[in-house]
Amino acid sequence: MTTKDSASTGAGPSLDVSDSEAARQAEGQAYFDRIIGLDSRIEPRDWMPAAYRRTLLRQISQHAHSEIIGMQPEANWISRAPSLKRKAILMAKVQDEAGHGLYLYSAAETLGQSRDRMMADLIGGRARYSSIFNYPALTWADMGAIGWLVDGAAICNQVPLCRASYGPYGRAMVRICKEESFHQRQGFEILLELSRGTPQQKQMAQDAVNRWYAPALMMFGPPDDDSPNSRQSMAWNIKRFSNDELRSRFVGMIVEQVEVLHLTLPDDSIRFNQDTGRWEHGPLDWNEFKEVLAGRGPCNAQRLERRREAHESGAWVREAATAYAAKQVAQHKGNAA
Amino acid sequence: MKAPASTSGRGTGATGLAGGDSNASATRITPGNALRPEDIAQEVRAGLAKPTEDVAEYALYLADDALILAQRLGHWISRAPELEEDVALGNIALDQLGHARSFLSYAGGAWNQSEDDLAYFRREPAFRSVHLVEQPNGDFAVTIARQFLLSYYQFELYRRLTASTDATLAAIAGKAVKEVDYHRDHSAQWVLRLAGGTDESSRRMIHGLRLMWPYVDELFQDDDLTIRLAEAGIAVAPSSLRPDFDRLTGDVLLQARLEAPDVPAAPGGGRHGRHSEHLGYILAEMQVLAREFPGASW
Repeated sequence: MTTKDSASTGAGPSLDVSDSEAARQAEGQAYFDRIIGLDSRIEPRDWMPAAYRRTLLRQISQHAHSEIIGMQPEANWISRAPSLKRKAILMAKVQDEAGHGLYLYSAAETLGQSRDRMMADLIGGRARYSSIFNYPALTWADMGAIGWLVDGAAICNQVPLCRASYGPYGRAMVRICKEESFHQRQGFEILLELSRGTPQQKQMAQDAVNRWYAPALMMFGPPDDDSPNSRQSMAWNIKRFSNDELRSRFVGMIVEQVEVLHLTLPDDSIRFNQDTGRWEHGPLDWNEFKEVLAGRGPCNAQRLERRREAHESGAWVREAATAYAAKQVAQHKGNAA
Repeated sequence: MKAPASTSGRGTGATGLAGGDSNASATRITPGNALRPEDIAQEVRAGLAKPTEDVAEYALYLADDALILAQRLGHWISRAPELEEDVALGNIALDQLGHARSFLSYAGGAWNQSEDDLAYFRREPAFRSVHLVEQPNGDFAVTIARQFLLSYYQFELYRRLTASTDATLAAIAGKAVKEVDYHRDHSAQWVLRLAGGTDESSRRMIHGLRLMWPYVDELFQDDDLTIRLAEAGIAVAPSSLRPDFDRLTGDVLLQARLEAPDVPAAPGGGRHGRHSEHLGYILAEMQVLAREFPGASW
């Protein structure tokens, strides 16, 4: 029954629900735009556009899923780590990843989605996670290459996210980035030790770098001209740099570090372009990227099944904890009465 | 040897032994100036700490329990019922691995061997672990049952070992006891939750305790070595731990409305190299890579 016109008259007490809702939306949008314009932070109780909420929820939950699925390739080597010190470091690292998953699920929960629901989406194959974790960790040197290249790429991606406009996400990223930098250094150290070791060990290190290089570069996402969501994310101050900018920055980092390792990158085309000020690399197989994202990677089925199995086998434990907590509350109330 | 003052049955992060000590942390392996395995190895190398054969053998008892348990618990990381438990079980595994590394580093001083020499290049009969830590993880209730029994045993052991006349054993125990206090708290809380949760969880908890209980007696068996070392004030006689263990685990079971299972005890023998069928598989997996590249550095 109401019309735009009646709202524009600004009439007093007869203002109905839709009018006040429209006014609230407009006021909210204005506040949101001002916060983004100031490059300040949106907090959970602030008004935000539905699309902003949706985008963040997708990105943060995907990030959380990546941490959780990403535990698997490394957990695969905990039992076989070749020294007790390496075993301790690897355990601590995989444990950190569970912690990162927890912060990120918590950040996503502030946007109104429960962890249970996100987990159900992951197990049901309705949610995505970083395609890199669908590659197998075949040798001990993969622990080095994953730390150096995969965590290295993650850091390049994530350091700018510490300034993301959504407060809980940015703050979670600060702590995550601190831990990731340890992870990258331990990966580098593993490779360095192997590279200085026996010829077989050095070969193992080179083989791992060869296998993880291209998938790590693809972690930054598709090229800028094929990345539909990037522009809006940058306008909202969630993303600060484009996929290609970050990828180039990462190539510049590893091209120097690989020399210290006395290893090589499996790419003859790496060069610094003076005109663009960017590092360039050889072509990447984006078809493979899409295939893996679509579920046709080497370990997609295995990774999801392992998560499903852990989650479903643990259902009775979670139910028991909930039931016990409820009984404790009931008992407490009974005692208080 | 004289035991330090008694403590309450169930440690808590807030009020147990750990309370008020900034070095006691369940979430950090080497906080601040805490004793690290590397420090022990350094002392051994510098000749500042050199165990006798007897003491080294005793250190292997302690080391191997912790090492095999850590290896078992590590399997849960990425498979736990809840992310919080991936973190918690990972912490406990890390603590145990840290204790194992310290004891191994010390023991190695008697034979000029490193922690890794001992962990990766001893064969099955040379291991000194008890059968309890070798038992398979089973479901979460089985793991909690094993954890409950072992952490209460370890706590009583380490608490007394802090008064050992062997300074290195006392120092390692001093760090370990604070961490194991958290392990007790974690397992006792889960025993209560599972026993008092749902019918299914209660059934599984009872089953888990029944499966693990036959291996309790072995924990408290004295042998020539422990008797000799206990008389010298170096070790703790395992049998001396039993009354406190029974009382404190009994308190938790009572609160959980559970009874100690009435099951026959297994004979044990792990301290003298007679192990369960499981240990061979555990070692095969743990040692495979190190043995593929003998002499390599990692």
